[in-house]
Amino acid sequence: MLQRIRTAPPRYWLVVVVVLFFAGFPTVISSFQAGQWALALILAIAIMGLNILVGYSGQLSLGHGAFMAFGAYASAILAHRYKMDYLVTIPIAGLLTGMVGFLFGVPALRLSALYLALATFALAVVMPSLIKRPVGLTGGVQGISLPPVVVPQLAKDGFTMLTGSAMTSDQWVYYVTFAYALVLFWLAWNLVRHRAGRAMRAIRDGEVAAAASGINISGYKTLAFGISALYAGIAGSLLGLATGYISPDTFPVSLSIQLLVGAVVGGLASIPGPLLGGIFAYFLPIESNQWVPTQTWIPSQIVATVVKAGPAVTYGVVLILLMIFAPNGIVGLATAGYNRLRRRLRGAADRESGHIPPDPQTV
Amino acid sequence: MQEFLQQIVSGIASGGIFASLALALVLIYNAMGLVNFAQGEMAMLATFIAFTLVDHGVSYWIAFPVTLVVAFAGGILVQRIVIRPVERAPILTLVIVTLGLATLVNGVAGFIFGYVPRSFPSPFSAQTVNLLGAFVSYRDLGVIGVSTVVLLLIYLLLQRTTIGLTMRAAAHHPEASRLLGVHVSWMLALGWGLASAVGAVSGIMVAPILLLEPNMMQTIIIYAFAAAVLGGIESPLGAVVGGLIVGVTVNLAGAYIPFVGGDLQLAVALAIIITVLVIKPNGLFGRPSVRRV
Repeated sequence: MLQRIRTAPPRYWLVVVVVLFFAGFPTVISSFQAGQWALALILAIAIMGLNILVGYSGQLSLGHGAFMAFGAYASAILAHRYKMDYLVTIPIAGLLTGMVGFLFGVPALRLSALYLALATFALAVVMPSLIKRPVGLTGGVQGISLPPVVVPQLAKDGFTMLTGSAMTSDQWVYYVTFAYALVLFWLAWNLVRHRAGRAMRAIRDGEVAAAASGINISGYKTLAFGISALYAGIAGSLLGLATGYISPDTFPVSLSIQLLVGAVVGGLASIPGPLLGGIFAYFLPIESNQWVPTQTWIPSQIVATVVKAGPAVTYGVVLILLMIFAPNGIVGLATAGYNRLRRRLRGAADRESGHIPPDPQTV
Repeated sequence: MQEFLQQIVSGIASGGIFASLALALVLIYNAMGLVNFAQGEMAMLATFIAFTLVDHGVSYWIAFPVTLVVAFAGGILVQRIVIRPVERAPILTLVIVTLGLATLVNGVAGFIFGYVPRSFPSPFSAQTVNLLGAFVSYRDLGVIGVSTVVLLLIYLLLQRTTIGLTMRAAAHHPEASRLLGVHVSWMLALGWGLASAVGAVSGIMVAPILLLEPNMMQTIIIYAFAAAVLGGIESPLGAVVGGLIVGVTVNLAGAYIPFVGGDLQLAVALAIIITVLVIKPNGLFGRPSVRRV
């Protein structure tokens, strides 16, 4: 055991640090901020789903906001009409959305990447008006208000014991989201390192070659769609928990764009990417509105411009520039930097010892 | 029966608008195998330029061609600055870039012109005329007329002029064209400019009906997608036919199917897209695609 801990690669330590950080820091920030970080983590979960689909299996979906909407409404309807405990509805909503995604993946099989992008984009645009239709079920334009979040006594007691302060509902929502994020990221990490993940990447990099190697193309592609939708569904359901109210306007097309921006910014086909992407996609519009006006060195005209233009311009510019200059996102940049640094350091070591270091493992 | 005819005529009018935007999509698809998700937003921005001109007292019939020229130049500019660096990138990258462009243009328009819907002038009166037993508004007739002229011009340009021939050659056989001295990259830019101008026509035509605001084209682009897919995404003729079919279908569905009504017409477009893609992915006029190892 000790041996294993000592030989663990540095990135494992990084994971431990990050997990401890996310577990601990809601106790030192305000309850409101904890609520914000919960939303950022929710985006990160949805982006991880998108990442499995786009980054690992090479199918482009521009409509993941629609899957989030499905998950959110599944949970809300179960909780509101059938009086189920909201926490119980989250995995159910995830599974239901996963099934819908799986079914959507079947016709998607016949489509080229471009057509799939087109169809999912249309889905994202149409979804809000589709939701409005069954008024009895979805509440139409008014949406559904959810019962207020109740913090379980056990969590309350535990939190008070550890930190000495009472747990707010925002903090509770944060920890529920954090738990889901932890499990889902861990599952994704396992998925992409094993058989299914390898198959998906093989399909992404060369469908014909993958088929020739005996990979079940349609099976894995629909599987990727299903898993991806499951993530989005859980994220949508958690979004309902966090905001306490959902309506068709909670899921506009721009939500799907926001998810795509997050996936691209963080880095496609990487596990930490969606986390960074979620944080970026959530805080960019908020911070650009709040942080910029507090900066006195920025000319007031530029401040006014940034505030007035809203996040759309920034999202657009970021998407275009990243695609041109850094298609692998933040994680891609960081990995490239780290590798360059290591090559330097290793080069220095070589000269001293004459050893040829082993190749870094691929994957 | 009379009402039915009227619905069909106004369906054809909106079909003409969809057809123009779909044709813009087809032009770019033919040039580089890409669906331009920013086409609608570019058209919206061009419409705002026309609006500004008309607002400053320029006559509609001068503002219209001026806008087209500006849109043409803008399209070329976009291709040179934004698209060219990623020209050879995977399709995924290209689609994301055009989406970024759409978001950017939408944000810029919102920033410059605000989100308050504005009424856009139409040179045609809203009065109706009795045509073969159906009452048709001059506005619908005008839209049909302008769309027809534009589509005809594009057809003549592509099929009957040297520059059209060069453009098609550059799109279909870039290597061979380059060997024959064609500036392939500039032909692509020309395609973008042309598409941008054609798209602008649809924006200017639809603005009097929908009220001008930055999100105006968000639904129109979906209808245009449906039209392009239905017609077979590489066929200009298909885009026109597809546009008309989509326009009439959506209008009739909205009028006669109570479940669809006014607010689910967009869902009809989605249904058309998915049905065509699943049953006949090459559309009505497309060629079957072959995949090589």
